[in-house]
Amino acid sequence: MCLAIPAKIESIDETRTAQVSVLGVTRVVALDLVPHAAVGSYVLVHAGYAIEVVDETIAQETLDLIAEFPELAQGV
Amino acid sequence: MNMNLLNKFKDPELLRGLLERMLLLAHKIQERRGEQPLCLMEVCGTHTVAIAKCGLKSVLPPAIKLISGPGCPVCVTAHVDIDRIIAATRVPQATIMTFGDMMRVPGSSTSLEARRAEGARIEVVYSPLDALSRALKHPKQQIIFVAVGFETTTPLIAATLKRAKAAGAENFSILTVHKRVTPALSALASDPSLAIDGLILPGHVSTIIGTKPYGVLAEQFGMPSVIAGFDPVDLLLALVQLLEGIEGSRTELVNAYGRAVHEQGNAEACALIDEVFEVSDAVWRGLGVICESGHVLNQAYDSFDAGKRFDLPSLTEPTKEPKGCSCGDILRGIMTPNDCLLFGTACTPTHPIGPCMVSSEGSCAAYYKYQIGERA
Repeated sequence: MCLAIPAKIESIDETRTAQVSVLGVTRVVALDLVPHAAVGSYVLVHAGYAIEVVDETIAQETLDLIAEFPELAQGV
Repeated sequence: MNMNLLNKFKDPELLRGLLERMLLLAHKIQERRGEQPLCLMEVCGTHTVAIAKCGLKSVLPPAIKLISGPGCPVCVTAHVDIDRIIAATRVPQATIMTFGDMMRVPGSSTSLEARRAEGARIEVVYSPLDALSRALKHPKQQIIFVAVGFETTTPLIAATLKRAKAAGAENFSILTVHKRVTPALSALASDPSLAIDGLILPGHVSTIIGTKPYGVLAEQFGMPSVIAGFDPVDLLLALVQLLEGIEGSRTELVNAYGRAVHEQGNAEACALIDEVFEVSDAVWRGLGVICESGHVLNQAYDSFDAGKRFDLPSLTEPTKEPKGCSCGDILRGIMTPNDCLLFGTACTPTHPIGPCMVSSEGSCAAYYKYQIGERA
């Protein structure tokens, strides 16, 4: 029930309804909960609404943190 | 951003490193604790499925036991509420619209699916917006939407009702069985029959409510916890960070899903919830009544309450709990599906007896589909 899929915003119309693409499939998504979402953002989509914009900087920081684990730092 | 960045959260190379780290930590913890395994609960049903799908349990050492919690909103909907939802199908000229998971949940004598076979108007929708647009297109039809879900779903029901009000959709109403996660976590953390050593917290509920409402877990119950995402790297990272905290004897809340969860949550979504709903007590299957664990429509949106618009009590049959069903104890984490005598015999996905076998996120459905563990 709490599944939310990352989708890229392709366009936004005047009613704050967005066309998003998920793995090549286009869907209509309401942006009522994410006033700061813009074209090109990745949003998490749950039951027809975007619930959050995915934070790219933090995503990268998380990956960097993982790469610093000794088990990975040696081999990668 | 590109999708490649997000795909890294499925990267096998990162998984190998995290797995090694997890096994090392598990070994250290086992040395300290001896035979007694560390019992961690994944609260969220979407996590239960994600964990089953990526095979995480198959690589866990015996020192770590993962149990599923009450995080499937369909599963925790009380039997009496299922009967109330089914009663709505007896309202003359009404169309019931619902998320698909609710269709086959058995009530006391029937289900939405069986009622549809008998001719009741029931439709599955992907979004509450689909139900609203039906109501706007057909003003003479009464459209009743079954509003089930945790805080991930509540704000978008609120947004839909706000749109309905603005559009004057008088033929639109909802039956609300919304639940709030944090009061249930406190109930679990204080349950003496459950010895939980750490919690894996629901990622997308946290996207909405942020990290602060979980403060009580560490402060009041000394419970270490971690907010996790849903990709394999997210799950293992969360587990590693939770184990690091436990190994270091730190009672802390770690946010391992930072790209989707901010400390303050989604303020816009929380404001929408407050605009439309108010907090109430709620009944949970398996857990009973939990104070302040539900959301009901507030006075300003009272007119959208299907329970008040239609005389549902007169249409509701007396509640009869299914005999032998262990869903309640499975939701509390004191039994696994394999411990239930009905599991895989009388109760299967094609003939479910309890909701945990119906919902795609129910523990029983996940255990059955991914063949987890041995039969008791």
